[in-house]
Amino acid sequence: MTVPAELLDCRGQRCPLPVIAVARRLPELPVGTVVRVLADDPAAAVDIPAWCRMRGQEFVGRITGPDGPGYDVRRSV
Amino acid sequence: MSAPPVYLDAATAAPLHPVARQALLAALDDGWADPAKLYARARRARQLLDAAREATAQTLGVRPDELSFTPGGTAAAHSAVLGGLAGRRRAGDTLVHSAIEHSAVLHAAQRHVADGGTAVSVPVDRLGRLDRDAWSAAVAAPGVAVAALIAASHEVGTVQPVAEAGAACAAAGVPLAVDAAQVVGRLPVPAGWSILTASAHKWGGPPGVGLLVVRKGTRWESPWPADEREAGRTPGVVNLPAVVAAAASLRAVAADAAAEAARLAPLVDLIRARVAAEVPDVEVVGDPVERLPHLVTFSCLYVDGEALLHALDRRGFAVSSGSSCTSSTLRPSHVLEAMGVLSHGNVRVSLHRETTAAEVDRFLAELPQVIAELRAEAGVVGL
Ligand SMILES: Cc1ncc(COP(=O)(O)O)c(C=O)c1O
Repeated sequence: MTVPAELLDCRGQRCPLPVIAVARRLPELPVGTVVRVLADDPAAAVDIPAWCRMRGQEFVGRITGPDGPGYDVRRSV
Repeated sequence: MSAPPVYLDAATAAPLHPVARQALLAALDDGWADPAKLYARARRARQLLDAAREATAQTLGVRPDELSFTPGGTAAAHSAVLGGLAGRRRAGDTLVHSAIEHSAVLHAAQRHVADGGTAVSVPVDRLGRLDRDAWSAAVAAPGVAVAALIAASHEVGTVQPVAEAGAACAAAGVPLAVDAAQVVGRLPVPAGWSILTASAHKWGGPPGVGLLVVRKGTRWESPWPADEREAGRTPGVVNLPAVVAAAASLRAVAADAAAEAARLAPLVDLIRARVAAEVPDVEVVGDPVERLPHLVTFSCLYVDGEALLHALDRRGFAVSSGSSCTSSTLRPSHVLEAMGVLSHGNVRVSLHRETTAAEVDRFLAELPQVIAELRAEAGVVGL
């Protein structure tokens, strides 16, 4: 169970906004940090893992909680 | 804003072929009567319909009595899937299909599931290639009535292993329905199918004409209320002038297909190479080798697909997109989703017989600036 260090609430935002949010924030955090992006746009399920692949970051996984779907991303580079 | 518009969406609808136009105009005068009636005018219409069927069957390498004209590719795909399921209901109620079928096939699958049937979706890899092992296992499972595989992806261009998938179906005794809408008129029709469908406006024929071919011996039963026309496979009178135009243009494009593919494929290669080299943070998707000769798709990081289409349209470029913001359902393309590739900032470019190298060059020259401007506006440069 990953405990995210930070939550980015992107609910109500349409892609590419949730991806932009994680792209802005992640590089400001130390390597190893996990950020959770809450995003209800279905495109986020495709685009956040794709962004991680393109940027060499780690996609930890998708969680479904009371706040809707969340996507955990770990800064690895 | 003086440059002429550049149409790059042939995978949706190719510009009407001059042969189609000519045949359409002639048949409007000559082919409006009902071919089923018993007077001279009707016999003339019947002759036109028979000739169209024979020419089309010959181009496809099928028997004329295996071919029916439908009101479009969507209707043909619905008939292929639902008719294949109906004809084999005693064998089972499972439909196997790839994850990247056209929505026409997926909507037929949804109807089947809503009626209590089962649908099994077989995944593709990152390049949009069918998972052959998963396919073979799925079609060999008990209770499979029919399988459906797109011949080549209309969204990313990846050509599917139809012959191999068909062999797995044949070994399991399962008929294979192949949606060849992007292939007919451009590439040889692959072997291995029992039911084949296509759409005339993809090859330069008029919109609203589809092809449904049911191989002799295939258990297929019309899913529609009874009607005698088109061998009982498609209800309603056919749009004969459009059918005549579709047949004439198919013959013309099939004769030129190899040369056209040889002309367009290098232009697609050029787009693939230059977009990847000249646009930062772009993902060119689909199989770079096993692909359609006329279609290429890419996704631009941090760019809104709808804004991109509008920006290109303002410069005169007509392209398509699989991004969620460009779809009426606000969902990303299920094809991009199944492949696991970036879905926002997505553009599909598809070429046709009127596309020139100069047009492609102009598109490539303007695209990097269009994307740079959108990124600057969104404040995402350097992310
Ligand atoms: C692969 C494929 N199948 C089916 C169709 C549907 O054809 P039509 O537009 O004639 O209904 C299309 C076109 O959108 C297509 O690309």
